[in-house]
Amino acid sequence: MNFNEFSISQISNMLENGEMSSVDVCKAVFRRIDNVEPKIQAFITVIKDDALKSAKESDDRRKAGKSFGRLDGVPIAIKDLLCTKGIETTAASNILKGFVPPYDATVVKKLKEAGVIIIGKTNLDAFAHGSSTENSDFKITHNPWDVKRVPGGSSGGSAAAVAADMCLGAIGTDTGGSIRHPASLCGVVGLKPTYGRVSRYGVISMASSLDVIGPIAKTTKDAALILEIIAGKDVLDSTTLDEPVKEYSKLLDKEIKGLRVGVPKEYFAEGIDSDVKDAIYNAIEKLKEMGAIIVEMSLPSLDYALAVYYILQPAEVSSNLLRYDGIRYGHSILNAKSKNEDLSLEDVYRRSRGQGFGAEAKRRIMLGTYVLSAGYFDAYYRRAMKLRTKVKEDFENAFDLSAGGVDVVITPVSPTPAFKIGEKSDNPVQMYLGDIFTVPINPAGVPAISVPVGFVEREGIELPVGAQIIGPMLGEQIILNVSHQLEKALNLNKKPQL
Amino acid sequence: MLNKQDVLDVAKLANLDLTGEEVEKYTAQLSDVLEMFKEIDDIDLTQVEETSQITGLSNVKRDDQVMCVKQSTCCTTDELLKNVPDRDGNLIIVPKVLEGK
Repeated sequence: MNFNEFSISQISNMLENGEMSSVDVCKAVFRRIDNVEPKIQAFITVIKDDALKSAKESDDRRKAGKSFGRLDGVPIAIKDLLCTKGIETTAASNILKGFVPPYDATVVKKLKEAGVIIIGKTNLDAFAHGSSTENSDFKITHNPWDVKRVPGGSSGGSAAAVAADMCLGAIGTDTGGSIRHPASLCGVVGLKPTYGRVSRYGVISMASSLDVIGPIAKTTKDAALILEIIAGKDVLDSTTLDEPVKEYSKLLDKEIKGLRVGVPKEYFAEGIDSDVKDAIYNAIEKLKEMGAIIVEMSLPSLDYALAVYYILQPAEVSSNLLRYDGIRYGHSILNAKSKNEDLSLEDVYRRSRGQGFGAEAKRRIMLGTYVLSAGYFDAYYRRAMKLRTKVKEDFENAFDLSAGGVDVVITPVSPTPAFKIGEKSDNPVQMYLGDIFTVPINPAGVPAISVPVGFVEREGIELPVGAQIIGPMLGEQIILNVSHQLEKALNLNKKPQL
Repeated sequence: MLNKQDVLDVAKLANLDLTGEEVEKYTAQLSDVLEMFKEIDDIDLTQVEETSQITGLSNVKRDDQVMCVKQSTCCTTDELLKNVPDRDGNLIIVPKVLEGK
């Protein structure tokens, strides 16, 4: 049987009932990787031997009645932005090629403690800078629905691996849409949790006031199962929230009758492919049939959220990437210097960075340094910090039920389905505009999920479309509930043909 | 609009060596991106406070002591220094930063 094609919750039950072993599931996953990875290129590192060893240990535990829980023995892939002890972690960048972390990220540690089998590190836009995975310094990941197209990004390797059944679920990171965008373009579920819900310790930082970690999965229930494991306070990340972690996977069956669902007009204005819009309207219609109250509303912050994001994010990037200077780790000209060469410290910094960073990382470092530099700080950075307050208030008002607000908001994730490889790679502004519906969420800090709601045809090939369901701060259970109900009602059940 | 000298100045601030070709490319591309920011120029923000921490947490502290929360998130000094390009024991070697003897 092709165990790799099942969902986590199905496999979890089958493992519990002794229908097969974790080793069987992992072998099926690696067979699939052998068969389709040459076409998809989702992985930077595949961890076969260690994974099979861990799977055997999981099976032994289970036989001895000492299972670690529902995810024990389940094979999952990790975005190569999270540190894995003893396993190369690159951020898909040349400057970190060969870097072997001495410790695990908290998320990785928590997954291991739950018995999860880590089967590989997935490709991304280098340092998570991008929406297509074309900015990886190593390889371009292909969309499983049409290999001529991008998988979205930056967690494109994770989303493609899940969509192509090369793992049962995956971990991604989201600074402006990097979980939701590829999930939408690959037809899988992607959850961006509330800021501070999941520890970032051991994750290579992009923009620290925006970064979150979350699951990419085949179903909403699977995303909920992963979130239960990875969420929670961590003394090693002082931004984590000291709030109880709910059993999200058990809160999915609530009826959504009477639930107030907001449809913000700004997110359905010009610039969206009409069939993408139709797919979202169809999902809204389903919610209405299930008894939800559809509320037309306005989120005017969309007009300036993209500018806010593309000022704050590169500013924080330029600061976070300063640590890659050729001294303590990563690519360094010190490795190649001859004994007699007289280098200054600045030479080491400038040349190691000039050689090690790719085009997009350099672009963002330059942009961020510029908006933070004397003379421009007030005009750009300070204004963006103030506008962030307005973005935040816009969402607070939207979810204020006592003032006619809504329980959740529904929007498109991306204005288009997956675009062709190379189509936008030389036009950063075009590429950035593709993030318009996902970026406002991160400055606001609220949770949002991308769930598949339909397909559109391009050149005779069906491509998936996702809807974004946004909730209030710490409202993960509400958006997961709506996403699960929508998934059941739409019953899409399609897989890419590879 | 940025000119070439602006780009070279920023590259110096950012400790980044750029090739001539890169300078040309970024002069055009960064100007395009800055153009996109024009839309926020006219919004009145005089009465608006800045937001830097979205959940409002501040001054999160813990005791200043060596700790190992869980084995896999910890490591020894030697493990920590394994990725250093140039080292002597527990010291990291860098080019000299002071002139003279």
